[in-house]
Parts: sequence; structure tokens; C-alpha cells
Amino acid sequence: MTTTALELARLQFAFTVAFHIVFPALSIGLASYLAVLDGLWNLTKRTVYLDLFNYWKKIFAIGFGMGVVSGLVMSYQFGTNWSVFSDKTGPVLGPLMGYEVLTAFFLEAGFLGVMLFGEGRVSPKLRLFASCMVALGTAISAFWIVAVNSWMQTPQGHALNAAGQFVPQDWLKIVFTPSFPYRFVHMVLAAYLTTAFAVGGVAALHLLRGRATPQVKTMFSMALWMAALVAPVQILAGDMHGLNTLEHQPAKVAAMEGHFDSQDGAPLILFGWPDMAKEKVEYEIAIPHLGAVILTHSWNGRLRGLKEWPRDQWPPVPLPFLSFRIMVALGFAMAGFGLWSLVARWRGRLYDNRLLHRAALALGPSGFVAIVAGWTTTETGRQPYTVYGLLTTAQSASPVQASAVGASLIAFVLVYFALFGMGLYYMGKLMNRPPLPHEPSLPPAPAHATGLTPAAGLIVEGADREARP
Amino acid sequence: MSGVSGLTFDLPTIWAGLIAFAVLAYVVLDGFDLGLGVLFPFFKGKAERDEVMNSVAPVWDGNETWLVLGGGGLFAVFPLAYAIIMPALYPLVIGMLLALAFRGVAFEFRFRADRSAPLWDWAFWAGSTFAALCQGMMLGALVQGIKVSGRAYAGGPLDWLTPFSLLTGVALVLGYALLGACWLIYKTEHAVLRRAFRLARPLAPTVLLLIAAISLWTPFLHQDYWTLWFGWPRDLLFAPLPIACGALGLWLIKFLREEEREGAPFLLAMAIFILCYVGIGISFHPYIVPRAVTIHEAAAPESSLAFLLAGASVLIPVILIYTGYAYWVFRGKTNAAGGYH
Ligand code: HDD
Ligand code: HEM
Ligand code: HEM
Repeated sequence: MTTTALELARLQFAFTVAFHIVFPALSIGLASYLAVLDGLWNLTKRTVYLDLFNYWKKIFAIGFGMGVVSGLVMSYQFGTNWSVFSDKTGPVLGPLMGYEVLTAFFLEAGFLGVMLFGEGRVSPKLRLFASCMVALGTAISAFWIVAVNSWMQTPQGHALNAAGQFVPQDWLKIVFTPSFPYRFVHMVLAAYLTTAFAVGGVAALHLLRGRATPQVKTMFSMALWMAALVAPVQILAGDMHGLNTLEHQPAKVAAMEGHFDSQDGAPLILFGWPDMAKEKVEYEIAIPHLGAVILTHSWNGRLRGLKEWPRDQWPPVPLPFLSFRIMVALGFAMAGFGLWSLVARWRGRLYDNRLLHRAALALGPSGFVAIVAGWTTTETGRQPYTVYGLLTTAQSASPVQASAVGASLIAFVLVYFALFGMGLYYMGKLMNRPPLPHEPSLPPAPAHATGLTPAAGLIVEGADREARP
Repeated sequence: MSGVSGLTFDLPTIWAGLIAFAVLAYVVLDGFDLGLGVLFPFFKGKAERDEVMNSVAPVWDGNETWLVLGGGGLFAVFPLAYAIIMPALYPLVIGMLLALAFRGVAFEFRFRADRSAPLWDWAFWAGSTFAALCQGMMLGALVQGIKVSGRAYAGGPLDWLTPFSLLTGVALVLGYALLGACWLIYKTEHAVLRRAFRLARPLAPTVLLLIAAISLWTPFLHQDYWTLWFGWPRDLLFAPLPIACGALGLWLIKFLREEEREGAPFLLAMAIFILCYVGIGISFHPYIVPRAVTIHEAAAPESSLAFLLAGASVLIPVILIYTGYAYWVFRGKTNAAGGYH
């Protein structure tokens, strides 16, 4: 494969996976949220929960659909663009992805229909069971795919055979690699946080518009509990994840931190621009010794700089450096917001502090940004390898021509922006109207609306008028 | 890995069977819902189209998951085959994925859209038809054979494009359409039901003719196929296959003409698909990349096969049970409001 074909294939992978991850992140979080809502409804029979369930269910359905179609692309892309990688890692990674399909995807797909369309056909308890199975499926899916990625980051439990393939020796070691527990916890928390902020943002929008209905208040409160509790835990998890990375992929941490030279008592660089040609960080604003304190837990601890590795083993430093800062900044913003919400709650001002609502609205999409930034750190930071230290990205590619990869890349870009743009528009449209009392289970029933004004349109307007003070 | 008297019950063979099963499950299940897409323009008006969509909305995701199992399974147990076939069929695979994306989102978007609903009707039709065409052409390209050197694809970027693969592509589009029409005969009532009968009647003989044409063409593609299908006394062994296929076809045509027994046409159409599939399987054996790499050459090490098989042997039956349950929950005739209510 030529260099351009390789670069195009990387771009294509990064583009499609970054698009993909946005939807699963929401699906994992929303599926659990929906299961909780359905559970509360079964338990208390308070209709607020059912209304919220039916409201978020529709948004979930769109997101889930887009997650499925973009995920399907991912599972074939290994073969089309990274065939050498597939041949070599298939014996180790294939069974993990096989288990993902068997334990997760079928479970989600099998019960999704019952969860979405089951009302009136199955009992509320069975519907709850279906909701739980869908939520479980999304979590299991995250387990396996993160195990796959973690093996690529910190491979173990394998040997090499005569054909140059990685062959499994110890499955437990392969599934539970040293970085796996950290990555899995960090990813699942990320999905929950993302959802909490998305739900909180939608609720804040309606609070700002003066629609403080019980439904809106309930979802605002639930989301803010989640945010306040999980954001600090995520910072802790992220810190431990970083220490683990320092142990197993020290060059990645050097790139994330912007350390070119090895030093004792290294500073924490807050901002700057790492210049790979000059081998230093320009315009840096740094706090002395803090880097060493965070990563080695001692004032004068020693951190290795990138210059200890040959140039051809350096990751593209600016990418992990910048994306890491975006993620961490958002992490602290989320935790700060969580704290603020606790104070507001304690003072009984949760539903009338407009500044808090504005902040919640602004942070609505923050989880998605943090997730894409986090994955960018992880993935670009391990370059130039696909299997860390063992198989380079350049060796992984398929024998296909640049023209074919380029053409398909253009097609993906056009189709994804068009399709997923429309999907986001429909999701936005749903979020733009508040949950109603007696929220309908699914969109304007086609049969009820044949040829007439869609019934739901009327209901929405009516409810708006009622809800306004 | 050695077998007695040509029959091998070793891990690679078991896995070849399981992957073949996953692909077959995909072809018949997603086949009928892609077929609905192919036929979509023939249904007029929102109510009819809603009824068609609603008949599969709760189950299409599960149907498509078999494709993920087919691809993922190939990656897991025959990584070499996956690594050769995907680059060889590159444009077809990408085309299929993009088409499935259009088809998949259409399910969700169509019901949310007001002014742009016709756009998603179109996306549903175009995505389904193009995905079916790509799948059919992949089949043709595989049967034709793939050039391999070492552990990689060695042919050109357009080797897959031949008259034969075009024929298989068109045949699969129409075959899916037939399955889709028969599904509607089973699931719908009144106007949609009548239209489904009208569509199925010409489709059935056309599909049978295409199957015959492909079956007769295949032996001319490669000496091996010739000796396999026309070599004496082997053809005695395999002769029942085309005969059964023809008989079922005539039976199907009879049911369609008499407009009775509304579940029967779907079962018969599925049976015809399964028989064709078995025929293709016989042609493939013992290769997984036809005429280049055998099942055993492509297989992952035993430890990989055994690890996944341990789970698959429990999970696949469980999956079949709850998939069956999902179909059962949504059994009976759909009406326009049935799915999205
Ligand atoms: C199953 C494994 C896996 C998983 C879960 C992910 N990746 Fe990855 N990623 C790869 C397997 C991989 C890879 C096959 O190893 C690539 C392809 C080319 C490469 O350099 O590594 C890669 C490259 C790659 C690149 C390009 C890096 C570069 O070329 O410098 C980016 C930006 C991402 N990925 C981003 C992501 C995001 C946002 C993910 C979140 C879902 C993600 N990856 C999950
Ligand atoms: C390159 C890596 C990835 C591949 C090959 C991949 C593959 C897939 C596939 C094929 C599907 C569709 C399954 C279906 O038909 O239901 C899917 C959906 C999903 N993926 Fe990914 N995926 C990747 C990355 C990730 C990551 C990193 C996560 C989360 C940690 C994730 C979580 C999910 C979840 C929860 C779903 C369910 C559908 C949804 O939520 O939208 N995936 N993925
Ligand atoms: C201040 C808090 C945070 C710290 C210290 C932190 C730390 C880290 C580190 C060190 C990595 C890279 C690990 C590696 O590549 O080996 C990482 C990756 C990642 N982060 Fe964070 N993070 C924080 C906040 C967040 C937040 C708020 C989110 C999302 C809501 C998030 C989502 C991710 C994701 C999705 C990845 C990639 C997957 C992984 O490797 O775990 N992080 N994080």
C-alpha cells in the first residue's frame, strides 16, 4: 500500500469511528436511563416516569439506529482497509468481537423491538425486562470492544505463529489486559456522563423557556444527580488510567504531557503548542513540579521525555497533547458544574437558577466532545503502532489502491454528513419540544393521522400553551 | 485435523457450517426486509407504505445482526479469508454498507419526517435495492473465484465486475423481492395483500428462470464446477437438488395463482432460497475463498475456534429462542398502526 493510500485509510478509520462512537456513547447511557425510568414506573406507577420513558425512547431509537448502521461499517472496515491487521490479529481479536455479537448485539436487537413497540402487546413487567436486556446489551458491547482495543494498547497472552499471526495462549490474559479495567470503567462512566449532560441540557432548555412541568423538573433533577456524583469519580478514574498508561505506554504520556526532555520534578504544562521540529513546547504556561506530583506522586519524581525514543516511534505529538487538554478541561468543568448544582439543590434553587440552567444547556454536548477527544488521545498517542510495540500501522494496511480508498472516503463523508445530519436534526426536533403529560408511546400514529393534520402536532402546541406560566 | 472417509467433523468444518448458517439466516431474514424495500415504490400512498414498513420495523435490527455475525465470525475463525475477500470485493462491500445505512436510517427517519417523508421512502427503496445488488454481485464474484498470492488478494480493483456477477446481482434483487412479497402475503390484509399477490405472481417464475440460468452458467466458469455437477455418478447424488427446487417453484406458482394459504408462499420461497444456498455450498466446498484458499488453510488456530465455539454452542440456541420470541410477540397480521402506534 502506498503512503497516500495508508494516510487515506487512517483518515477513513478515524472519521468513521469518531462518528460511530458518538452514538454508542448516548445509547449506553440512555439505555440504562430508560431501564431506570421503566423500573421506577413499574415500582411507583407515577406517570411522570412513563412520560419520560416514552419521551427519551424516541430519541434513543434514532440514536440507536444510527449507532447500528455506523457500527456495521466499522466491523467490515477492518477487512477492507486493514486486511493485514485482520489476518494477523484475527485469531486473538476475532473471537472477542465474535462474543460481542453473540452476547451483546443480538441481545440488544432481540429485545429492542419489544422495548420500543411492546406497549399493549406485552405486560409492563415484560417490557421492563426487555428494557433491562437492551441496557445490559449495550454494557456488554462496551466490555468486549474495549477489551479488543485494550489488547491492541497493551497486548499480552499471545504468541506468534509461522505465518506471522498472533495466536492466543491465555484467554483470560487477552481479555483482561493491564489497561482494560481502567479503560472500561473510564469509557462506561464517560457514556453515563455524556447522557447525563445531554438529558440535563434538554431539561435546562425547557426550564429556560419557562416550562417547569413535573416531567421537565424530574429529568433535570435526575440528570444533575448523575452529573454531580459521576464527574468527580471520572476524574479519579482518569487519573488512575493515566498512571496505568505511564507504566505501559510511557511515550504516549510524554506526548500527552508535552515532555520532550526527560526531567526530574517535571512541570504540568497547562497550555502551549508542541513543535515536533523544534522538539519543544512553544508558548507554554506551566506549573512547576505539578506534572511530577500527579504522575509519580513525588516532588522531584523523574519523567521520561520523548527524546528517549527514536524519532520514528513518536506519536503525532500535537494531537494527543491538545485532545488530552480538551478532555481534562471538560472533565473539570463537569465536576465544577456538578458541585454548583449540589449547592443550588441544597438551597432549593435548582429549578429557578437561570444561570445554572444556561450552564447546563451549554454543557449539554460536552460529553460527546470529551469522548471524541479522549479516544483521539488514546489512539493517536499509541501511533505508530496498531498493536502496541508489535505491529505498526503501516504494516497493517490492505493492498488496495489510493483511488479506491479515496473514493470510498469521499462517499463516507458525504453520506455520513447527510444521513447523520438529518438524524441529529430529527433528534433535535424531538428534544425541542418538552415531554408531555401522557407522552405518546411512539410518533404520530400513521393510521390516526392519515390525510389529516398530524395529531401529535396539535397535542404539542396545546401542551406548550398549558405549560407556559 | 484429519477426517475419516472424507467427512471431517473437526473444528474448522464445524465453523464453516456455523458461518454458513449465519449467512443463510441473514439471507432469508434480512432478505425479506430488503425485498420490501425493493418493492416499496409499488405501494401507493402513506397508509399502504406504513403497513409495509410496520410489518418489519420491530425485527429488522435483529435480522441485520446476522450480517455482523457473518462478517465478525469470518474475522474470528477464518481471518485469512476475511483478509482476502474484503479487499477483493472492496467497492461492493463499501457500496453495500452505505446502502444499508440509507435503508437502516429510513426506518427511523420516515416516521419523524413530515415534508421529507418521500425522501426517506426513496432512501428505503434505493438503499435496499442497491444493498441487494451488491450482495448478489459479491456472491457472483466469489463463485467466479478470486486471485490470491501468498496471504493477500492479488487481482485488480475491478475483477468482481463481470456479466456473471451482474446476473447474480439482478437475481438476488428479484429473489429478495419475491421473499418480501411472500412475507407481505403472510403479514398483511386487504389492499396491501392483494398488491403483494399481484407482485409475487410474475416474480416467482422470473426468479426460477434466473436460478436456472445461473445454475447452468456456473459449470462453465471453472473445470471443477463442471466435474462436480456433471461428473458421473456424482450428478445422481446432487440431481435431487435442482429437481426439488423446480418442484417447490411450481408449487409456489400454484399457491400464488390460487391466492390461498397465506403463510405457505413465504415458507416455499424460503425453502427455494435454502436449496439454492445448499447448491452454492456444495460448489464452494472445500474452499472458503473459492478455488484459492480452503477452509483448513484459512482457519484460525484451534484455540481460537474452540474458545468461540464454547460460547456459540450455548448462545446461538439462546439467540434463536429470544429472536423467535420477538417474532411471536409481533405475530399475526400487521395493520398500518401496528408498529408505530
Ligand atoms: C477495535 C479497535 C479500536 C477501537 C475500539 C477504536 N479504535 Fe481507533 N484505531 C484502531 C482501532 C480501534 C486501529 C485499527 O488500530 C487504528 C486504524 C489505524 C490506526 O492507526 O489504528 C485506529 C486509528 C484511529 C485514529 C487515527 C490515528 C492516527 O492515524 O493517528 C483515530 C483518530 C481513532 N482511531 C479514533 C478512535 C475513536 C474516536 C475511537 C472510539 C470509538 C476509536 N478510535 C476506537
Ligand atoms: C472500531 C471499533 C468498533 C467496531 C468495529 C464496532 C462495531 C459495532 C457494530 C457492528 C455495531 C452494530 C451492532 C448491531 O447491529 O446492533 C456497533 C454498535 C455498538 N457499538 Fe460499536 N464498534 C466499535 C467501537 C465501539 C466502542 C469503542 C464502543 C463503546 C465503548 C462501542 C459500543 C457500541 C454499542 C453500545 C453499540 C450498540 C448500538 C448502539 O448503541 O448504537 N463500539 N458497534
Ligand atoms: C479530568 C478528568 C480526566 C482525566 C484525568 C482523564 C484521563 C484520561 C487518560 C489518561 C486517557 C488516555 C489513556 C490511554 O490512552 O491509555 C483518557 C482517555 C479517555 N477519556 Fe478521559 N480523562 C478525564 C475526563 C474525561 C471525561 C469527562 C470524559 C468523557 C465524558 C473522558 C473520556 C475519555 C475517553 C472516551 C477516553 C478513551 C478511552 C480510554 O482510553 O479510556 N475522559 N482519559
